[in-house]
Amino acid sequence: MTEISVAAQLQSFVEGRFPQSSIATDQDIFSLGYINSLFAMELVMFIERTFSVTVPNEELRIDNFRTVEAMSALVERVRSTALVG
Amino acid sequence: MDIATAAAPRAAAGVDRAAARAFADEHIVPFADAWDRAGAVPEELLEQIARAGLWAPFLPVELGGSGVDMVTLAAVHEEVGRGCSSVRSLLTVHTMASWALQRWGSPAQLDRWARDMAAGRVLGAFCLSEPGAGSDAAGITTTAVREGDGWRLNGVKTWTTGGQRADLFLVFARTESSTVALLVPRASAGVTVRPLDDMLGTRASLIAQIAFEDVLLGPDALLGPSSFASGMVLSGTLDLGRLSVAAGSVGIIQACLEAGADYSTERTVGGSRLKDLPLIRAKLSDMVTDVRAARLLVAEAARLKDAGDPATIMATWVAKYFASTAAARHATEALQIHGALGFSSGHPTGRFYRDAKVAEVIEGSTEIQRLTIADEAFRRWTA
Repeated sequence: MTEISVAAQLQSFVEGRFPQSSIATDQDIFSLGYINSLFAMELVMFIERTFSVTVPNEELRIDNFRTVEAMSALVERVRSTALVG
Repeated sequence: MDIATAAAPRAAAGVDRAAARAFADEHIVPFADAWDRAGAVPEELLEQIARAGLWAPFLPVELGGSGVDMVTLAAVHEEVGRGCSSVRSLLTVHTMASWALQRWGSPAQLDRWARDMAAGRVLGAFCLSEPGAGSDAAGITTTAVREGDGWRLNGVKTWTTGGQRADLFLVFARTESSTVALLVPRASAGVTVRPLDDMLGTRASLIAQIAFEDVLLGPDALLGPSSFASGMVLSGTLDLGRLSVAAGSVGIIQACLEAGADYSTERTVGGSRLKDLPLIRAKLSDMVTDVRAARLLVAEAARLKDAGDPATIMATWVAKYFASTAAARHATEALQIHGALGFSSGHPTGRFYRDAKVAEVIEGSTEIQRLTIADEAFRRWTA
């Protein structure tokens, strides 16, 4: 699975939650007021289920979820860590 | 028998709906009204729950649990809730604390607490509500201030289910920049427990007010992230509590149905059995229908949890909303079917009526649920 497809899936999920909006991959979704703790939890569950990863506590930083690009990078980083580990 | 020496939990095969139903019929149903009047469950019951492996059977086997899935856990909580909502409430808060530990705990925290929580040697409670803030996390005033590499905790939590007996409190507190979840042993210096007696509902669930006065905690007290994601610890824990309350509400409907069917079969009015009166039959028909619907909603929410599907969060809101409001409605009707008998001290329908109302308030009130569930309409069915 390429990084583009990871981003596309993340983008689709975010837009699915807020169908009235079109989200660019570098757009700060926090600045749009979309994030609350429930959505953050849904987002983490989506990432863990879709990409078969576990997001460790230390990666649960706001900057890792601010944009689709940041989330894509998080997925790749967690995957590579899992492979190394 | 001391709870600390209770036998190890059964294997997964021993924890299922049938086992929980048998447990409830033997150890809960015959005594629930007496516990309700006394305002407390006995220590012996807590030990029996431990021996049956029902405290936290969802924990994995390597952590001392039985590894049951959420569908099974919900069925267990329904059956226990059918017998007594106070007991189910104790399972709910222990489940919340145990799950939060499993999901967010460090290896050291898991090593310290998980096996004891699985076995019921350590009982957990969930401390969010305060005298001035219900489940409104933004309104909490309990503070956690950095003290060296640990924390200094100050504040008061109230309406803490299981608080009179719990050994470990999962406490949510405010820091300078966010909210944190802290594991606070009851034995910590500065912790004071005051029983809250004579509540209207779930009277036997050992509710307490907990004061934390300059409680000093080590760095290992922090559960999960302390930054923006700390809200996820709270949301995730409440989400599972919501599933448990929904399951318990199904149990209340089932109990109302069984009581209503029995009584309307034996009771005659003007030469007719109650069961033959059309308006009584209508009440029982609605109970039969709603208990099936509520059970399916709970099972679906639990199945989505087992699949790790984020749709579980909305599904759990829907299940809890439906099941808790249906329980309150049918407890009212069960009382109506029983007439004055239902108001008698020691008759279970009065207890169902009071306990069902609790389910409409806790883990997200009916009003909050109706606000939240509306999001589904705008997410999925607008152009």
